[in-house]
Amino acid sequence: MIISERKPLDEIRKIVEPLQRFFLIGCGACATVCKSGGEEEVFQLQEWLIDQGKEVTGSVVIDEACHLPRTGRDLRHHKSAVQEADALLVLACGGGVQSVSSQTEKMVIGGLNSVFLGNVKRFGQYEEKCSLCGECILNETAGICPVTTCAKGLLNGPCGGMEDGRCEIDSELDCAWHLIYERLKQQNRPGVFARRVPAKAWSKSCKPGRHQLKNTGR
Amino acid sequence: MSQLEKKLSDGVFTVTAEVAPPKGTSVDAVVDQAERLCGITAVNVTDNQGANMRLSALALASLLHQRGIETVLQVTCRDRNRMALQSDLLGAAALGIENLLLLSGDHSRFGDHPDAKPVFDLDSVQLLDMTAGLMAGMDMVGKPLDGTPYFFPGAAVNPVAEPFELIFQKVRKKVESGARFFQTQAIFDRVGLERFMNAMLPLNTPVLTGILLLRSAKMAHFLNDHIPGVHVPESVVARLESAADPFAEGIAIAREVVGWSREMCQGVHLMTLGHEDRIPDILAD
Repeated sequence: MIISERKPLDEIRKIVEPLQRFFLIGCGACATVCKSGGEEEVFQLQEWLIDQGKEVTGSVVIDEACHLPRTGRDLRHHKSAVQEADALLVLACGGGVQSVSSQTEKMVIGGLNSVFLGNVKRFGQYEEKCSLCGECILNETAGICPVTTCAKGLLNGPCGGMEDGRCEIDSELDCAWHLIYERLKQQNRPGVFARRVPAKAWSKSCKPGRHQLKNTGR
Repeated sequence: MSQLEKKLSDGVFTVTAEVAPPKGTSVDAVVDQAERLCGITAVNVTDNQGANMRLSALALASLLHQRGIETVLQVTCRDRNRMALQSDLLGAAALGIENLLLLSGDHSRFGDHPDAKPVFDLDSVQLLDMTAGLMAGMDMVGKPLDGTPYFFPGAAVNPVAEPFELIFQKVRKKVESGARFFQTQAIFDRVGLERFMNAMLPLNTPVLTGILLLRSAKMAHFLNDHIPGVHVPESVVARLESAADPFAEGIAIAREVVGWSREMCQGVHLMTLGHEDRIPDILAD
């Protein structure tokens, strides 16, 4: 899930200040779970804008704002409200904001900051486990990703800053390599420690990413 | 062949020290400081140490080299990707620098540019591999070099960190990747050093013990609380606390670690933080 959080209201206030009418867009997927862009947050933002003396021409929570055709369809359903607005204010991740901006000529304002691809630990608490690097090493690292969960993304073991199994950047954080070591030992296999891991192919996560499902002809 | 390589190869007890480039272009003071170091084989030049932006380590190492001072160029993976690292190492070789200390580097979050993007395109093992490749006349993608550099590459280790097996697997990898010597994190623990040196025996790679001159108990507490990988044991802190002259006690503690190193290791790396004039006292038998 994409973890997102609302931008500070002061920042949003400065952007909306010269404008008057807004169409609001939320996202029914990640931003709803993160409580940053669901029905409730869209409604709160609407109330806030009205308090600021602004008008809201309408709103929609798109099922998944990262879905380009669905976003286009939802905007067409609200065509007149969209047309009346000076700008579309979007409470979705950066992907969602760009789905909207690709489907309209109108000014689009993003109301959230996207933070990371996160796992839900418990309600409201998220952890980054995967950084979508394009070259997965998890099968050798006992299912713990050093690219993401080691602060330096080291591939051949811990740095000199590890202390008592904790990370040098934050003593609350486990050292990824300590976790990998303990887990592999428990599973009685050498895993990644059996080899010197060569430099990573960052070309595998070259931006902007593109992916086309291939017909495997199975 | 550098003096450092020669002495370590000949089994002569070797002493190195370190200087930090200035924040700015005024290099005279640090050049003077390096020139005043006596009884030292080579001077480490730190690379944006503690993730604080300073003048280029390569530039200062070159200036010292021009004045006849042998250096150990520290190179970290924090600020440069593999292309920049390779071109800097080729540049270092062209400027006459042979000794390298190849490190991961402290995370940018610790330093004065916490918003900088931490690079870590390579880790220290891969940096050693890359250096070995350059020495074999090839860049990282296998293209031949016009002019092959020669280096004496070293690596760092925290020999008293736990779990030892996890730490030591990386030491082994570093040796396989071409590390010719090790420089340790600051050590105050004789038993820990002994365990490490015993494990090092089959690897046949010289070790310089890191020795940090403690000035006070306050400094020891600061190191324990804020510097990753440095641990000053309670017994040492207690000695500094009860000493009438804590600085003199700090020198005595450093001298003891030099003594253990003379028994067990191949040399010492002194971190005296501006008290280079006390090096003769630290090295006194």
